[in-house]
Amino acid sequence: MLADKDRIFTNLYGTADWTLKGAMARGAWSDTATFIDRGRDWITNEVKGSGLRGRGGAGFPTALKWTFMPKVSDGRPHYLVINADESEPGTCKDREILRHDPHHLVEGALLAGRAMDAHTAFIYVRGEFIRERQHLEQAVQEAYDAKLIGKNNKNGWDFDIVVHHGAGAYICGEETALLESLEGKKGQPRLKPPFPAAMGVYGCPTTVNNVESIAVVPEILRRGGAWFAGIGRANNTGTKLMCVSGHVNRPATFEEALGCTFEEIIEKHCGGIRGGWDNLLAVIPGGASVPCVPGEKIRNAVVDFDGLREVGSSMGTAAVIVMDKSTDIIKAIWRLSAFYKHESCGQCTPCREGTGWMMRVMERMVEGRAEKREIDMLFEVTKQIEGHTICALGDAAAWPIQGLIRNFRPVIEARIDAYTYNSTSEGAVPSIAAE
Amino acid sequence: MSVRRLADEAIQPKGFAFTAENLAWAKKKMAEYPAGRQQSAVIPILWKAQEQEGWVSRAVIETVAELLGMAYIRVLEVATFYTQFLLKPVGSRAHVQVCGTTPCMLRGAEDIRAVCERKISTEPFELNKDGTLSWEEVECLGACVNAPMVMIGNDTYEDLTAESFEALLDKFAAGKGKDVTPGPQVERHFGAPEGGQVVLLDKPTAKRTYTPFPPPAEAPAAPGGKPDAQKPSK
Repeated sequence: MLADKDRIFTNLYGTADWTLKGAMARGAWSDTATFIDRGRDWITNEVKGSGLRGRGGAGFPTALKWTFMPKVSDGRPHYLVINADESEPGTCKDREILRHDPHHLVEGALLAGRAMDAHTAFIYVRGEFIRERQHLEQAVQEAYDAKLIGKNNKNGWDFDIVVHHGAGAYICGEETALLESLEGKKGQPRLKPPFPAAMGVYGCPTTVNNVESIAVVPEILRRGGAWFAGIGRANNTGTKLMCVSGHVNRPATFEEALGCTFEEIIEKHCGGIRGGWDNLLAVIPGGASVPCVPGEKIRNAVVDFDGLREVGSSMGTAAVIVMDKSTDIIKAIWRLSAFYKHESCGQCTPCREGTGWMMRVMERMVEGRAEKREIDMLFEVTKQIEGHTICALGDAAAWPIQGLIRNFRPVIEARIDAYTYNSTSEGAVPSIAAE
Repeated sequence: MSVRRLADEAIQPKGFAFTAENLAWAKKKMAEYPAGRQQSAVIPILWKAQEQEGWVSRAVIETVAELLGMAYIRVLEVATFYTQFLLKPVGSRAHVQVCGTTPCMLRGAEDIRAVCERKISTEPFELNKDGTLSWEEVECLGACVNAPMVMIGNDTYEDLTAESFEALLDKFAAGKGKDVTPGPQVERHFGAPEGGQVVLLDKPTAKRTYTPFPPPAEAPAAPGGKPDAQKPSK
C-alpha cells in the first residue's frame, strides 16, 4: 500500500489552498526550468523509464505516444491536447485534479509540451465541470501572471494554454471526436489513419493525453522515473487515482499504488463491502465500458492492467463500481445500455442502430419478457457491433452485456422462467418478430 | 443518439443580441484560437448565449453563426448535438439535472427522480405550474463517489437522499436556492470517505529527492520498471 510521502496528489481532498501559493508550498513548479533545460529527450526518457501508462483507459505507454510526434517540425505547429472530458460512468478522478490540484496539470502541460516541441496546449474540460473549469482557468491565469507560462517565461519554453470546454457529449472523450469538437464541429470520431500525431487538430501534429497522465509528469521528473517504476509490478508501475462507487460502506476517491489486491484496497479506503464480503455480487472494475467480474473472482484479484485482464476484465480508468446482492444486475447493465444508446454519436450504423436495439432487448430481459434463445442472439449481436465501428464506443456498449451474459446467464434465465411461470393467458411471451 | 429539435416557432423570440460585456468576452475567446480557426469558439460562445438567455433559440444560433462567420446549419448541428444546450425554456428558479447512470442508480437515483416526478412534473423538460422548476434525467455527471447527485445551475448537490433532496428542492422552489451549500449534503469533505480521510494525514512538504535509474547491469534495460530493480522510495 502507498505511503503518504509517495503520494503525488497531496491536495486530493481540497483540504489546503489549491492556488499557486499553496501548490508551490507542496512542491509544484520547483525545478521546472531545470527540466526544460535538459531538453526533450531527457524528459521523454525519464517518463519512458517510469513505465507510465496512459491513465485514460487504454493504458498505452505515455512516453511512447510522445515519440510519435515528428522530431523536426515541417512548419506546422505541434499541439498538445489534454483530455479532461471525463465522462466514463464511475469515474471522477480528473475532477479532483482540476478543482484541488490544478497546478499539477498546468505544470505537466508545460513539461509534456517541451517533450513534443509543442508551444500550445488545449485543455478540453467537459461541459458539466463548471466549477472545476473555473479553478483550472484561475490556475492558468496565475501561471501566466507569475510568468511560469506564456511568452518569454521564467522556465524558458514559450507556452500557451487554452482552456476549452464541451457541452455534454460523452463521445468527445474519444480523442479524434475531441479534436473535431475542439475545431467547433459535432463530436464525431475520425477515421484513423491519419493518426493525430501526423494530422490532429487543425491538421497539425497533435498528441492527446489524459489529465492524470499529464498531471503526474512533474512529480515523476522531480522524484525520478526510477521512483515511479519502483511502485507496483513490472509493466504496471506507479500510483493511480481510483474512485470507488456503489455498494461499499464509504465510497471515496483516493490515490493508491498499482498492484494491491482488490480486498486490501476496499478494506483500507472504503470500509469494506456493504453487508460484508459474502454480500458482494459483482464489480465493474474500470468504468462502465469494461465487463463486470463476479464477486468471488475479484476479491483476490490484483488491481492493475495485467491483474484485471487475468479475471476477464480491464483496468480502464480504475473507476470501481461495486454491486452487492441487493442489486438487480440485469437492470444495472440495462442502464448502461441506455447510457450508450444516449451517447452514440450516430455516425456508424452498427452503433447507432445497435445500441438502441440492445437497450430495448435488455429492457425486456429486465422484466424477463424474452425467450432464452434471445440471450444467445443478443450475445451474437454484441459481437456484430464490436469492432465494426470507427471508434470504441460500439465495443464499450457491447462489453458490459457480454460480461453479463458470460457471468450471469443463470440469473437472466431464472428471470425469464419466472415471467413465463407467472404469465396468464393474456400476457404470454411475445414472439421475436414483435421486436 | 437522442433526437433534439428546436423549440416550437410560437415561442421562438424575434431576435437576440449579446450584451456588450458578453460580446467583448466572445471576441476575446475567439482570439485565443489560431487565426482562421475562430469556429473553435462556437461551443463556449453558444454557452455564453445560453447563460444570458436561459436557453438556445433559433435567433441565438443565427447570431452566433454571423459572429463566427459560419453557416447556420453548422451551428444548428452543434446546438442539437451537444445535450447541454437547452433548446427550450426551463424552470426560472431551477432546472434540476438528475444523474441516473448506474453508479448513481445503485445508490438511489430512482428515488430522486421519483421526487422530481411528484413535485415538478411527470415528464422531463415540462415546467411546473408556476414555471419555476423543471427537471431532466442526464447521463453521468462525474461525481460518482458522491452518488446520488443532481446538478442545478453551475453547482452540484451530492450525497442526497429522497428526504434531503426534497428539502433542497423546496428551497429552490421558494427562490432561496442560494442558501443551499453546494457539494455533499452530508458530513463529508468532497471525495474523501465519509467519517474523515484515511490517507493524506501527513502534512505535505515541498522537499523532493531524485532517485536515479539503477545502472544497466545484468538485465538488459527494458522500458518499464523491473521488479528486481525495486528500490525503497524516497
